[in-house]
Amino acid sequence: MKAKHQRLILVLVALVGLVGAGLLAAAALKDEAAYFYAPSDVKSRGVDTGKAIRLGGMVVKGSLKHAADGVTMRFDVTDGKATVPARFTGIAPDLFKEGSGVVAEGAFDSEGVFVATNLLAKHDERYMPRELDGMTYNETTHEMKATP
Amino acid sequence: MIAEAGLAALWFAAALALLQLFLVGVGSAGGKSELLDAVRPVAVGQGLLASLAFVLLVTLFLRSDMSVLLVASNSHSMKPWLYKFAGTWGNHEGSMLLWVTVMGVAGAAVALFERALRRDAHMATLGAQAAISLGFYAFLLFSSNPFARIASPPTDGQGLNPLLQDPGLAFHPPTLYLGYVGLSVAFSFAVGALLTRQVDAAFARAMRPWVLGAWVLLTLGITAGSYWAYYELGWGGWWFWDPVENASLMPWLAATALLHSVTVLATRDALRAWTVMLAVIAFSMSMVGTFLVRSGILTSVHAFAVDPERGSFILGLLALYIGGALALFGWRIGTVREGAPFELVSRETMLVVNNLLLSVILGLVLIGTLYPLMTEAFGHKVSVGAPYFDRIAGPIALLLLIAMAAGPLTRWRRDQARVVAQRMLVPAIVAAIVAALLGALAWGRIGLLPYFGLVIALAVGFGSLAPLWKRKLRRTPLFTYGMVIAHLGCAVSVAGMACDSAFTVEKLVAVRPGDRIETAGWTLYFQRIMPIAGDNWTALQADIAVNRGGDAVMIHPQSRFFTAPPTSTTEAALLTRWNGQLYVVLGQEADDGRWQMRIWWKPFVTLIWLGGALIALGGLLSLIGHERRGWLHRWRARSAA
Repeated sequence: MKAKHQRLILVLVALVGLVGAGLLAAAALKDEAAYFYAPSDVKSRGVDTGKAIRLGGMVVKGSLKHAADGVTMRFDVTDGKATVPARFTGIAPDLFKEGSGVVAEGAFDSEGVFVATNLLAKHDERYMPRELDGMTYNETTHEMKATP
Repeated sequence: MIAEAGLAALWFAAALALLQLFLVGVGSAGGKSELLDAVRPVAVGQGLLASLAFVLLVTLFLRSDMSVLLVASNSHSMKPWLYKFAGTWGNHEGSMLLWVTVMGVAGAAVALFERALRRDAHMATLGAQAAISLGFYAFLLFSSNPFARIASPPTDGQGLNPLLQDPGLAFHPPTLYLGYVGLSVAFSFAVGALLTRQVDAAFARAMRPWVLGAWVLLTLGITAGSYWAYYELGWGGWWFWDPVENASLMPWLAATALLHSVTVLATRDALRAWTVMLAVIAFSMSMVGTFLVRSGILTSVHAFAVDPERGSFILGLLALYIGGALALFGWRIGTVREGAPFELVSRETMLVVNNLLLSVILGLVLIGTLYPLMTEAFGHKVSVGAPYFDRIAGPIALLLLIAMAAGPLTRWRRDQARVVAQRMLVPAIVAAIVAALLGALAWGRIGLLPYFGLVIALAVGFGSLAPLWKRKLRRTPLFTYGMVIAHLGCAVSVAGMACDSAFTVEKLVAVRPGDRIETAGWTLYFQRIMPIAGDNWTALQADIAVNRGGDAVMIHPQSRFFTAPPTSTTEAALLTRWNGQLYVVLGQEADDGRWQMRIWWKPFVTLIWLGGALIALGGLLSLIGHERRGWLHRWRARSAA
């Protein structure tokens, strides 16, 4: 086989590989990119039951309840415009508390409760989850606002 | 005084870098040999001054000099000395200073010890090195001065994020940085080779130790980072596909591809243009990593600066270096002659396959990491998480493993497909037997990916040992052992990942002191909760006696509270046995006095990091093997003369 042909084959293989990879990425991104929703997005756009998403907002004060099994908790997530109920079974992150920001990974069940499989809370006092960037929480009125 | 001296040292180092670039440029263009003679001492001086600046910053941290802004905002006088020390690079400015220091020291090493290159290529390499350093000096001096003072110093300082107060994380960033900087040297070699038109086997032999060294350190850094995330974050997983993790994985993938292609170039003089391209990409990936982590564009424990000015500065450097190198590549690559030819069935082709697959994974990880940033620019908030990366990386990694089993069994230049197939017979039979056995035992109970992972891991294990088959073991060169061990390490790691995802048993309970918990053959007796105090924290600690058959062992998961900054962290308790780890996390206390507890039994999970260590060891042996051959060669030449 001539060197030219061989190089042509390699280039073709590389091209097929790249195009294949691009298609794979596009398909996977379409299915798996967990779209970020705030409670008002959920109310206005609707989310299919069972679709994996990230839900972000503030934990409403006074909404946090522990279930009898000791490891499940229920709470409401708000962005000031809408509120959705959520449930989580597991050990919550250290900084997860009422009035604090949270991003929850999970899906809605048929009753419209967000079943979280994972909670991402603030790592420390100094920063918010990136998805909640541009939102502020008023301690006195318990309202969340989008800052301009 | 110390801070001012540090700042002065930094300015002088930057000035020397500028001088170095000037000497190389004017000396090379005008053919002025006396100017070029000065380059090496200048490079050494630059390395020394940068080191001095770094040592002075360390001193400021160790002395808790709160009049320095950086110390006040990232350290605390009550902190254990180890974290005062490590806190030096546990922040944006300090880590950038560490970066230029390592780069200066590496430049000095290239100036002093590099002998394989011709003089003009050596000088061009040092010029390129100075040009990269200059950008980072400018970044430090104009936008992130680590030595800035504050007018009214506090008495104590704000402290270091407690998550970073861990020996593992204290030494994880320097390891990664050394790796990144090693890649910058490889990049400088590539630029030097392009400028002086010397892209050949000699260039590849000069570059190889740097690539190998960088790759070993990146491997160690990623392995240590993964283990840190596993035990410190208390979530029981070992890889999160966090953008920050990806930022270190991407340079590693590129370096792995580069390592293999540079070997082809050094031994067979093929893949010239491709190797240069990969050297550019590998360093670009470490720059992209730095940009993602340090620009504040991502939030994470590692992302310090939330400052758009710095982000745009790094972005500017990124565009300048990557764009410049790509332009140089486009301009000069036509002059790089074609290397040695090879047949389609050959070791070269297998390595090309390896390179393509690694590049594909790299591309997909890059797309997944940057996609949220791109969509956000158009107003959509999107997060790409583990499901995407698992789905794309898993299958390609399995293909890569098959290529890895076959590669070392093919000959350089030309081979016969039939003979290669014969050599593959034993690993293939092993894989088939394992597949059948595992299928019969656990079908339907483990996922498809872990199933294939285990089967292929065993086949790769046997395939990677095959090059030693029927060889005189004492005569086998050290770098062959290096390859064997590194490939075996991959098999071990993959086996660990497959076992972890296939066989982990998890239990979540709420229990009172005095309760017993049974899971996966273990009995846990929860004795009590005790308050304890450490150097700069207090904790609630559970005393749990665990046993499986034999004597009980005490384990102590904790919930820690730090006062500066006010934070709590979870300290998981890990009990390591030869066949796995018991992993216990203490949660919060419920209203009725019960404590949340999460327990995992993870069979063979430690293989993941053991494999990582083996991979690094393989790289190290290879490095020693190649270097020793060079020393012997020079020594013989000298004794003959």
